[in-house]
Amino acid sequence: MAKTTDNLDYLDSADDLKTLDKANENPSFFEHRGNRKTFLVVFNFILLAIGSLLILSPLWWMFATSLKTMAEVMSFPPSFWPENWLFSNYIKTWEAAPFTRYTINTLTITIIVVIGNVLSNSFIAYGFAKIPFRGKNILFAIVLATMMIPGFVTLIPQYVLFANLGWVNTYYPLIVPSFFGSAFNIFLLRQFYMTIPTELIEAAKMEGANHFYIWWKIGLPLTKPAIATVAIFSFNGAWNDFLGPLLYLNDEKLYTLQIGLQVFKGQLSTQWNYLMAGSLLVLLPVILIFFIFQKYFIQGINLQSGGK
Amino acid sequence: MGKKRMTMRRKESIYGYIFVLPWIIGFLAFTAGPLVFSFVASFTNYNITSQMDFVGGENYKGLLTEDSLFWTSLWNTLYFVIFSVPLTTIGAIFLSALLNQDIPGIRYFRTLYYLPAVLSGVGVYMLWMQLLDPGTGMVNLVLSWFGIDGPNWLFDPDWTKPSLIFMKLWSVGGSMLLYLASMQGVSKSLYEAAEIDGANTWKKFFHITLPMITPVIFFDVVTSLIGGFQIFQEAYVMSNNGEGGPANSLLFYNLYMWKQAFTNFNMGYAMAMSWILFVIVFIMTMINLKLAPRWVHYEGEEK
Repeated sequence: MAKTTDNLDYLDSADDLKTLDKANENPSFFEHRGNRKTFLVVFNFILLAIGSLLILSPLWWMFATSLKTMAEVMSFPPSFWPENWLFSNYIKTWEAAPFTRYTINTLTITIIVVIGNVLSNSFIAYGFAKIPFRGKNILFAIVLATMMIPGFVTLIPQYVLFANLGWVNTYYPLIVPSFFGSAFNIFLLRQFYMTIPTELIEAAKMEGANHFYIWWKIGLPLTKPAIATVAIFSFNGAWNDFLGPLLYLNDEKLYTLQIGLQVFKGQLSTQWNYLMAGSLLVLLPVILIFFIFQKYFIQGINLQSGGK
Repeated sequence: MGKKRMTMRRKESIYGYIFVLPWIIGFLAFTAGPLVFSFVASFTNYNITSQMDFVGGENYKGLLTEDSLFWTSLWNTLYFVIFSVPLTTIGAIFLSALLNQDIPGIRYFRTLYYLPAVLSGVGVYMLWMQLLDPGTGMVNLVLSWFGIDGPNWLFDPDWTKPSLIFMKLWSVGGSMLLYLASMQGVSKSLYEAAEIDGANTWKKFFHITLPMITPVIFFDVVTSLIGGFQIFQEAYVMSNNGEGGPANSLLFYNLYMWKQAFTNFNMGYAMAMSWILFVIVFIMTMINLKLAPRWVHYEGEEK
């Protein structure tokens, strides 16, 4: 591939760069700062472009493999460009397992979890951010401390709890906890509520509004970017959840895509073309959401680091 | 007046408790309750069906002195953590330094490099199983262009853990974004002053950027250490439905705990395991906190 030669080119330029750096320490030796800046930009651009290939090639490979015949997948050496683009692989994959049912199941769980997370976390975070009450600081410290507990320490006893409630083989264990808040989201939303001026809330109270009304009418609309972040993260978390469904769902009718894909792998063993088609279908919603809402992702992360 | 104030306050407090009530209920039901139960059950032979008998420290003793798989799983986990945490941290810092520059198309690059961080779950693990397939995968194909005979990756006990580490490196974008955000917060005047003193790019990076982002490095290292100790899903999927890989090379701590709890139904034993993990993670975090003042630089602390 052409990129191999690019690679060597850039190694040469790395040596050049060292000489330039040396030159820069002694200004009389080399005075064209402007030149050097341009050079750095070009050098970094090439480095980033090569890196993009490393990031993107697995995804391209996935797509290419999903379109090949099994004979082409097995041929040596395998190729980056499929010979015939067999989009029919996708239909075959979809029909080889009850994908439609898995998709409906996964969507149902995901939507309920997103609603639960958004409502409960913003409600709780409003309380922690905007209402004074005794013991608030201690409670908030406990919220933060729960982030330190390894998940498996509570996973097994939670299973025992849900098993005793008769919730195994239902969606309750997957959706009910999302209505009771989670430390990271409470923390994130609280940071946002802290920036709302207290005067605004006082003014609303003067006009007779209570906290429920203020939360619903002022709090929620003013924290839209943070809520979008929570919604997107919850969507990804629920859509990609593997452990929960693996643990709680035994009935194939209730399976989610993540578990369905797993079963599918066993059925078709090394039918890589179908397996890659199925995997890509499962990843597609996440990729789409990423590209539509990427600015919210970035904002959410910014905030997290701001609250160090 | 004074009385009215009091009732106002009380009213506020009641609202406060109502607002945080969902969390309190959730905490008691899904965290505190389970923690207490787990701690008690770790001293019993609990297996979900029969009644539980108190066995004292039997589970802990068995784990530490008789169970070689416990040590295997602990070693595997340590190996993974020791290599993956420094590699991903250095990788993420390097990448964010590159992405923190005025280069044409930088916004496009930032989005692209972050993309793998949102991709997780079975689809991605399947993708990596195919990429690392010795015969039909992309990785060994690319290596062959350079005349390198690639290893058997997930089929060779010596290469299974490195395989998972490579996968982790691919999705380093999450930490990268954290570093990028904090690098953008570093004041421009610091760089300008250094430039006047004749500092070059490397000097500016090591003497300004790196010290200024140490709080975020600290945060990232602590969370990735804790996360690293809890590796489960990728190992479960990529080792044939939780079998632990060739020669138990992918039998990580949580995988073994899972097996004890949900395959062998040794729940008491598994819960003892989970408390040992808790202690390990706790001690590790405390060491981190103790060491932090030596290298973490907080702005406004001095100077």
